[in-house]
Amino acid sequence: MTLEIFLQNAANGITLGSLYALLAIGYTMVYGILRLINFAHGEIFMISTYFAFYGTAIFALPWQVAFVVAIVLTALLGVVIEHAAYRPLRDAPRISALISAIGVSFLMANLGLVIFGGRPKTFYRPPIFQVPIELGGVRVVVLFFVIPLLTAILLVALNYIVYKTKTGLAMRAAQWDFDTARLMGVDVDRAISITFAIGSALAAVGGIMWGLRFAEINPNMGLFPGLKCFIAAVFGGIGNISGAVLGGFILGFGEIMLVAFLPGLAGYRDAFAFVVLILILLVRPTGLLGDKQRVKV
Amino acid sequence: MAEQRAVHPLLKIAVVCGALILFFLVLSWGQEHWDAYTVRILNLCGIYIGITLGLNLCNGFTGQFSLGIAGFMAVGAYTTALLTMSPAVKQAVFFIQPLIYPLNSIQWGFLPALLMAAVVSGIVGFLVGAPAIRFRGDYLAITTLGFAEIIRIVFTNIVPITNGALGLKGIPPHTNLLWSWGFALVCIAVMVRLMRTTYGRALKAIRDDEVAAEAMGVNLFFHKNLAFVMSAMMAGVGGGLLGNLITTIDPNMFRFPLTFTVLMMAVLGGLGSITGTVISAAAVTIAMEAFRALEEPRVILGLTIPGVPGMRMVVFSVALMIVILFYPKGFMGDREFSLDRVKRLAAGLDRTNTSKQG
Amino acid sequence: MALHRRLMMVLFCAALVSMCGIAAAASETEIRIGVYEPMTGAMAAGGQMTMEGIQLAQEQRPKVLGLPVRVILVDNRSDKVEAATAVTRLIQKDKVCAIIGSYGSALSMSGGPVAQAAKVPVMGCSPTNPLVTLGNDYYFRACFIDPFQGRVMAQFAYDKLGARKAAIIQDIAQDYAVGLANFFRQAFNELTEDPKSIIAFTSYQTGDRDYTAQLTYVANAKPDVVFAPGYYADAAVLVTQARSLGLKMPFLGGDTFEAPEFIEIGGKNVEGVYFSTHYSADAPVTPASERFVALYKARFKTAPNTFAALGYDCYNLVLDAIERAGSSNPKAIRDAMAETKDFVGATGIITLDANGDATKSAVVLVVKDGQFKLVDVVHPR
Repeated sequence: MTLEIFLQNAANGITLGSLYALLAIGYTMVYGILRLINFAHGEIFMISTYFAFYGTAIFALPWQVAFVVAIVLTALLGVVIEHAAYRPLRDAPRISALISAIGVSFLMANLGLVIFGGRPKTFYRPPIFQVPIELGGVRVVVLFFVIPLLTAILLVALNYIVYKTKTGLAMRAAQWDFDTARLMGVDVDRAISITFAIGSALAAVGGIMWGLRFAEINPNMGLFPGLKCFIAAVFGGIGNISGAVLGGFILGFGEIMLVAFLPGLAGYRDAFAFVVLILILLVRPTGLLGDKQRVKV
Repeated sequence: MAEQRAVHPLLKIAVVCGALILFFLVLSWGQEHWDAYTVRILNLCGIYIGITLGLNLCNGFTGQFSLGIAGFMAVGAYTTALLTMSPAVKQAVFFIQPLIYPLNSIQWGFLPALLMAAVVSGIVGFLVGAPAIRFRGDYLAITTLGFAEIIRIVFTNIVPITNGALGLKGIPPHTNLLWSWGFALVCIAVMVRLMRTTYGRALKAIRDDEVAAEAMGVNLFFHKNLAFVMSAMMAGVGGGLLGNLITTIDPNMFRFPLTFTVLMMAVLGGLGSITGTVISAAAVTIAMEAFRALEEPRVILGLTIPGVPGMRMVVFSVALMIVILFYPKGFMGDREFSLDRVKRLAAGLDRTNTSKQG
Repeated sequence: MALHRRLMMVLFCAALVSMCGIAAAASETEIRIGVYEPMTGAMAAGGQMTMEGIQLAQEQRPKVLGLPVRVILVDNRSDKVEAATAVTRLIQKDKVCAIIGSYGSALSMSGGPVAQAAKVPVMGCSPTNPLVTLGNDYYFRACFIDPFQGRVMAQFAYDKLGARKAAIIQDIAQDYAVGLANFFRQAFNELTEDPKSIIAFTSYQTGDRDYTAQLTYVANAKPDVVFAPGYYADAAVLVTQARSLGLKMPFLGGDTFEAPEFIEIGGKNVEGVYFSTHYSADAPVTPASERFVALYKARFKTAPNTFAALGYDCYNLVLDAIERAGSSNPKAIRDAMAETKDFVGATGIITLDANGDATKSAVVLVVKDGQFKLVDVVHPR
C-alpha cells in the first residue's frame, strides 16, 4: 500500500471516526448519569435527520436555520423520551429500564416507517461543504475538515461545561449517587434532563453531519450507527466524554483500515466493531480512559 | 381448610399420560384436517413457546439479560437444514460455491438433525456465554447482541458452508404440529422440573442477588452457563423447527428484530413465569396475524380509511411500552398456573384473595 | 383478578375471535387476486413501488370475465416467516385464485412452497434469483433472471465499453447482488477468455454508508469498469463517493438502480452510470410501455420506476391468464400462465419458458442529464 493510499484511507477514517464520535458522546453522557444504554439514541439520531430534511424540503427554511431548528427539536425529543420512558423506571430494576429503551427504539423506528415512508430521502447538501480539495494526491471535500473540527470544538465546549460550570458539577454529582447529590442540594431531575438534552443535541449534530456526508436518510438508518457508537463509547471508557471521542475515532479509523488492508474480508466489516467490543470488555472492561468501576457489595 | 386427599401417584401418571396421548391424537387429526392457515399459526405458536421459554430461562429466571437469541436460532436452523436437505437439492442450491465435504453428501433424519442442532447451539452458547457471563446487566446485553450479529455476519460471508446471502431452499418440510408442540411441551416440562430442583433455586438466587448467592455457595460460573447453554439449545432447536417449517432460510432472517419479538413475548408474559411465557408467546403469535386488520382498509360510515402498513408493529411497540411502564411484571408476574388457584377460582374464593395477591 | 390481567384476557379473546374471521364470500361474485409484498421492513421501498404498479393496473382494468377484481394485499414485513404465513393466509382465508409477489427473491422462495402445496399459481414481479422458480411449477415471474442479467452487463462492458479488466463491489448481504456479481464474473471471464479478468473483488453490507475503503482499493487496481450490484440507495452513495475519490471509469449495475431516488441522491455524480433493466420510459419497448408511462405520470406525478412497471405487467399477466383459462380455478389459471406467449407488457414482450421465467429482452440505460436514457437493447439468445 502506497503512502498516498494510506493517507487517503486515513482521511476517510478520520471523517468516519468523528461521525461516530459525535454519536458516542451522547451515549456516554447518558450512561454516565443513568447507567442506562439508551438504545433509542440511534433512533434519535435518525429522527434528527428527518427534522432537518423537512426543514429544508417542506418548510423551505435556509439550511442554517433548518439545522439549528432540528438540533433544538431533537434536544426536546430527548428530554421528552427521558420523562416518558425512563423517569418512571428510575427505581425499578435496571432490566426494566433497558427493556424500555429497546421498546422506545423500536417504537420510533416503526413510527418513522409509517410516517416518513420506507423510501429513502435525499438530504440537502449545501454546496459549500462539497467543494473538493486535493492535497498531495489525497482527495477530500471541505466537509472532511468541518466534521473533525466541529467534533473537537464540541469536545472542548462539553468538557468546559461538565468540569467548569455548576450545571456540569450537578451532572457529575448525580453520576455518583442520586441521594447524596440531592442531599447536597442538587436538582437531580434537572441534571438528568440537561444531560439528555445535550446528548440528543449532539446526536442531532451527528445526524446532520451524517446527512451532509452521505446524502441519504431512511427510517432504518439508526440501528447500526447506534450500536457502533455505543461500542465506541465503551471502548473509550463509558462515562468519559473524551474517551467516547477517542473510541469513535479509533473505531471509524479501524473499520476503514480493516477494509483497506484486507479487502477480501470487507464483508466482515460490521463484525469488526463487535469483535472490538468483546475484546475490550475481556481485556480492559473500563475502556481506554475509564475510571475503575465501583461494585457495591 | 379443605381436606388434603392424597392422590395415588400412579393415578397422576395415568391422567397425565392420557392427557398427552389425547393431545397428540388431536394434533395428528388437526394436522390433516384443519386448514393450512390455522395449522401454520399453531406451528408457529408451538415453536415460539419453546424459544421464548429459552429466553425466559436466561433473562427471566436467572436474570442474565441476553440479547443473542437470534444468533442461536440461526445456528440451529442452519445445522438442521444442512443435515436434512438432500444432496441433490444442495447441489442445485449451492450454485455459487459448492457445499463443503462432508455436508454435501449426507442426509439425516429429522430427530438426529434436531439433536445435533441442540448440541451445536449448546456449544456455541458455551463459547459465547463463558466469556460474556462475567459482565453485568447492560454490558451482557450488548455483548450477546454483538455475538448474535457476528454469527449472522459470518453466516453471510462463508458461502461454501451456508451459501451466504442466497440462503438455503428446499429444506424438507418435516415440521408439523406434533413436532412443534412436542418441542413446546418438552421445553415446558424441562423448565418446570428444573425450577423445582436445587439448580432452579440457584438460578433464581442468582437473579435476586448474585453476590449473596455466591456467598451462600452457589457456583456462579457453572449456573450462569447452565442457564445460558440451555437457553441456547432451546433456541437452536426452535430455529431448526422454524427452518423446516418454512423450508427456506437466509442470514437476514436472524437479525435484531427477531430477538426483539421473542423478548417482547417474554416481557409481556412475565419474565419469570412459565405460564406467562406460554400464554403470551401463543397470544402474540396469534395477535400478529389478527392485527392485520389494522393494516387493511376499513370502510367506516361510508368513508374508506386506507390501510396503514406498519401499524401492527407500532401497536406492539406501544403495548410493550405500556407493559414495561405500568405492569413491569407482565401478565403473570412470577406466578404460575396451579391447580389450587384454579380450584379457588372455581369456588369463587378468588375475589377475597385478590387484595392479598394484588 | 387484577384489572390489567382482566384487560389482557379480554384483548386475547378478542384477538382469537377476530382470527376466526369472516367466512370468505362465494367466489362467483368477484375474482380475488392476492398480493404479498414487503410494505414495511428493510425492503419496504421495493414493495411500495411494486404496489403502485399493481394499483395502477387495477384501476385501468378492474374487471375480468365480467366480474370485478378484488386485490388483497398482505404485508410480509420483509420477513421470511411472515411471507410464508402471508401466502397461507391469502390462500386459506381470502381464498384467492392467483397471487402476485414478492419483491425480494428470499421472500418469494418462502411463499413458493406454500403456493405449490395448495396449487395456487404465483406471478413474481421482480425476483431474479434463479432458485425462485426452480422445482416449483406454480411459480412464474415477469422478469428475467440473474444469469441473463449478469451476462447482459458483462457483454455490454466488453462490446460497447471495450472493457477487458473489471472490478466488482457487491452487496454481500443481498442475494440479488451476490447472484448478479457471480454471473457477471462468469460471463466476463468467458468473454475475455481470461480467468483473472476481475482484478478486484470486494463487498459491503446493505446500509453501510461508507464505501471509501473499498473504492480506494478498487481505484488502485485501475479497472476499466466497476460493476456494483446493490440497491439504489447504497449504489447512489457509493458512486458519489467514487467520483469524489477520483474514480472516473464507468460504473455498472442492475435493475435495482432504476428508481428516481437513484438520481435524486446521486445528483451529478451518477451521470454516466450504466445498468441493465426491463424497459425504458424514454424509448418505450412496446405501445403498452408508452401507455404505462403516461398513466403513471398522471397518477403519481413523477417518473415511473422499474418495479412499478413490473407490478403493472404482473397484474395484467394474471388477468390475461385468467381470461385464457376462462375460469377462476387456480389450476386452470396456472396452466394458462404456463402458456403465456408474446404478451405485450409495459416491460417488453413476455414469453414464459418451461421454468416459468420470462424470456424477454433487457435494455441498458445510462444516466444522462438527470434522466435515464436508452443505450442498448439486448435480446436473449
